Amino acid sequence: MLTLDHVTYRYPNTERPALRDLSLTIPAGQFCAVVGANGAGKSTLAYTLAGFVPHFYHGTLTGAVTVAGLNTASVTLADLVRRVGLVFQNPYNQISGTKFTVREEVAFGLENLGVPRAEMLERIAATMQLTGIAALAERSPLTLSGGQMQRVALASVLAMQPQVLVLDEPASQLDPIGTREVLAAVQALAASRRITVVLIEHKLEWVAAFADRVLVLADGALVADGPPAEVLASDVLLTHAAGQTRYTQAARLARAQGGWPANQPLPVTLPQAVAAFQAARP
Amino acid sequence: MDIVLEALTHTYPGGVTALQDVSFTLRAGEAVAIVGQNGAGKTTLVKHLNGLLLPTSGTVRLGETDTRRRSVAQMAAQVGYVFQNPDDQLFQPTVAREVAFGPHNLRWPAARAVAATAAALEAAGLTAVADRHPYDLAPSERKRVALAAVLAMETPIIVLDEPTTGQDYAGVARIGGLVDDLIAHGRTVITVTHDLDFCAEHFARVIVMGQGRVLLDGPARAVLAQADVLAQTDVEPPQLMRLAAQLPWGDAPLPLTVADFVATWIGRS
Repeated sequence: MLTLDHVTYRYPNTERPALRDLSLTIPAGQFCAVVGANGAGKSTLAYTLAGFVPHFYHGTLTGAVTVAGLNTASVTLADLVRRVGLVFQNPYNQISGTKFTVREEVAFGLENLGVPRAEMLERIAATMQLTGIAALAERSPLTLSGGQMQRVALASVLAMQPQVLVLDEPASQLDPIGTREVLAAVQALAASRRITVVLIEHKLEWVAAFADRVLVLADGALVADGPPAEVLASDVLLTHAAGQTRYTQAARLARAQGGWPANQPLPVTLPQAVAAFQAARP
Repeated sequence: MDIVLEALTHTYPGGVTALQDVSFTLRAGEAVAIVGQNGAGKTTLVKHLNGLLLPTSGTVRLGETDTRRRSVAQMAAQVGYVFQNPDDQLFQPTVAREVAFGPHNLRWPAARAVAATAAALEAAGLTAVADRHPYDLAPSERKRVALAAVLAMETPIIVLDEPTTGQDYAGVARIGGLVDDLIAHGRTVITVTHDLDFCAEHFARVIVMGQGRVLLDGPARAVLAQADVLAQTDVEPPQLMRLAAQLPWGDAPLPLTVADFVATWIGRS
């Protein structure tokens, strides 16, 4: 679980806040997506939840960030790293670059935490299985494709068994089926281990399919918060250039041309679109 | 200028064969998207188009010349290559200097270099950040710096490796518009992408790769409809084709764009 209470943040030497007066609570086990245009504050929010703001980036943080029971400003990054896992947008920023095999890379965080050897081996095997990289175990991380590297980055964080998992576009280089597999694995973990998941994602079809809740950020502020079917179909996304699924776009265009009943909600997923277009059949 | 691949096979020094017997021709002025699962050989393939990699066997010809007989510098004047990860590409202290580097290196007259740089910055939506350091920008902007740096060289052929990664809605639309514009001006654009909606909306020809081989090659509408073949390489048809497949669509053409979809849907009333 995590809570933000009137959180405002400015990077060093900047006037404009990157986050503006954010207040929200995400309960344990919830899969929450964050969407918005580039520059809206999504990655800054991810850094804030993981404690990189303010411990690494410094700057001015006001309000309180509580993650897995810890006030992030009053503990160290070392305290946070046991509880909060952050998967970076660019997997090359995640991996140590010092390991010869994928297995060693996944072990790296556990070694730093001093996890006993037997447990470490067990966790590594389970995590590689879950993220679909078991067959890559003996490969050098530096020979992997971008998509394979993203799976390794995710595995290295999941192996640490964080209570809160923050994912910054974790599947941007994965093929479509790979993306579905990885997000389904994360969703299953959220449900079975009550992990709080915060997913930053531009591809709204994935958000619609996997998230329990969607937050929309614009210019550092929270402008919408609710279930995907409601938020992703709303005009707020258009106002703030956060995008729409092609299903929603098609329904909007059909509505503009008189081919959509006035009271019919706009679809955001494929099953919703199939049902809605059947019902709206001219 | 066409690019002709004949029986191209590439085996990496470690022994992994990434491409096996790949043959096709990319004609001047075509918009071609290459799709397929991670590890299918897409990036290995496009790195052959500008001579960054040379075939283990088979040939790649740019126009009449075998890429083995051209230096990477000669190739760079013909084929612009935008890397998947911009950090593999950027090294100058300002965005403007990064973008001006190519024209400068090609020893263009100052007036032409300045004009090409300004046009590329504008097209990539970077004019406002021209004096910033590339590493002070967000990753999505840095990606567009890498794109602008290649656009500025005005090569007849442009290769975009995963151009939409990390871009927001407006960024994807901007890159799509840019592709359309390049094609309208007779340039060849080749992309590697996992974004099948972007692919359907901007690329007339689609090549599907799986395990180092070409599985399908043809017009986007015909290729993207073959869900069973796409599934073999972990790809799904674009959103609107999946939707049309579950609606009573009859023998109307499958939709590539939102406008296509709605025109057919409304037209059936």
